Amino acid sequence: MEITLPHYLSVSAILFVFGMFGIFINRKNVITILMSIELILLSVNINMVAFSAFTGTISGQIFSLFILTVAAAEAAIGLAILVIYFRNRGSIAVEDINVMKG
Amino acid sequence: MIETLFFYLFASITCLAGLMVISSRNPVHSVLFLILAFFNAAGLFVLLGAEFLAMLLVVVYVGAVAVLFLFVVMMLDINFVELREGFQRYMPLGLGVGGVLLAEILFVFFNSADMPETVVMVTEVSNTRVLGRILYTDYIYLFQLAGLILLVAMIGAIALTLRKRENVRRQSIASQTERTRADSIEVVSVPSNTGVKRS
Repeated sequence: MEITLPHYLSVSAILFVFGMFGIFINRKNVITILMSIELILLSVNINMVAFSAFTGTISGQIFSLFILTVAAAEAAIGLAILVIYFRNRGSIAVEDINVMKG
Repeated sequence: MIETLFFYLFASITCLAGLMVISSRNPVHSVLFLILAFFNAAGLFVLLGAEFLAMLLVVVYVGAVAVLFLFVVMMLDINFVELREGFQRYMPLGLGVGGVLLAEILFVFFNSADMPETVVMVTEVSNTRVLGRILYTDYIYLFQLAGLILLVAMIGAIALTLRKRENVRRQSIASQTERTRADSIEVVSVPSNTGVKRS
């Protein structure tokens, strides 16, 4: 049985839905929400690389590279915010984050 | 045939690890499952002929991002049990939305007529060389921009987490380097049996 493009897209779709589901069910845990976002970005990467391989254009892999960069930057900034938030408040509960009432 | 086998192996482990990331009770286990998912996604990339991105995924994600997550999870002293309240409450909504979304996406994938059929491999040069050729020519501004994003992220993370503590003896490099011989050494001639009076 030949592996075609929809197979890879299905893997990516399942990962995407898991990431979204993770954001839904872990409403209080910021660390798991960040990990869910990483899962979603990974699924986007799989999509990009699959289309790049099946259409024979390399641009998809280039964009996957940039998504990787942005994901790394986002994880670093997010975890830094998490650390200072925990240092100030002693908890990372999401529903407490509205104290600034911006 | 062996490729099909490996596709299903990597794909199933990736999906199961993704499920465990969001459902395991201990966040340390979540991070470890995230690492497993990244490794198997790298395997999928290798199957697709994108070796450079596979290696990059292992180096950047497993080597940097996942270790960062692990550090933060272990560093913060958090009661993770009370963070799981509401798990049951949001479960039906999440299952409903996720199930509908997944069904729609899969329906579109398996019913669209003009999907490309087979892998088009660029075989004459290696994947890394192809990426480098196009990255440093056509996408050079985006490449520079990516470097800028990483720089901003680095400075931001340092500026956010750096703190000045009170009542801690610190080295003051500026005052150390600006002192001269004249204001730090004083030659005093000591008369015998009287000592030196210092203010």
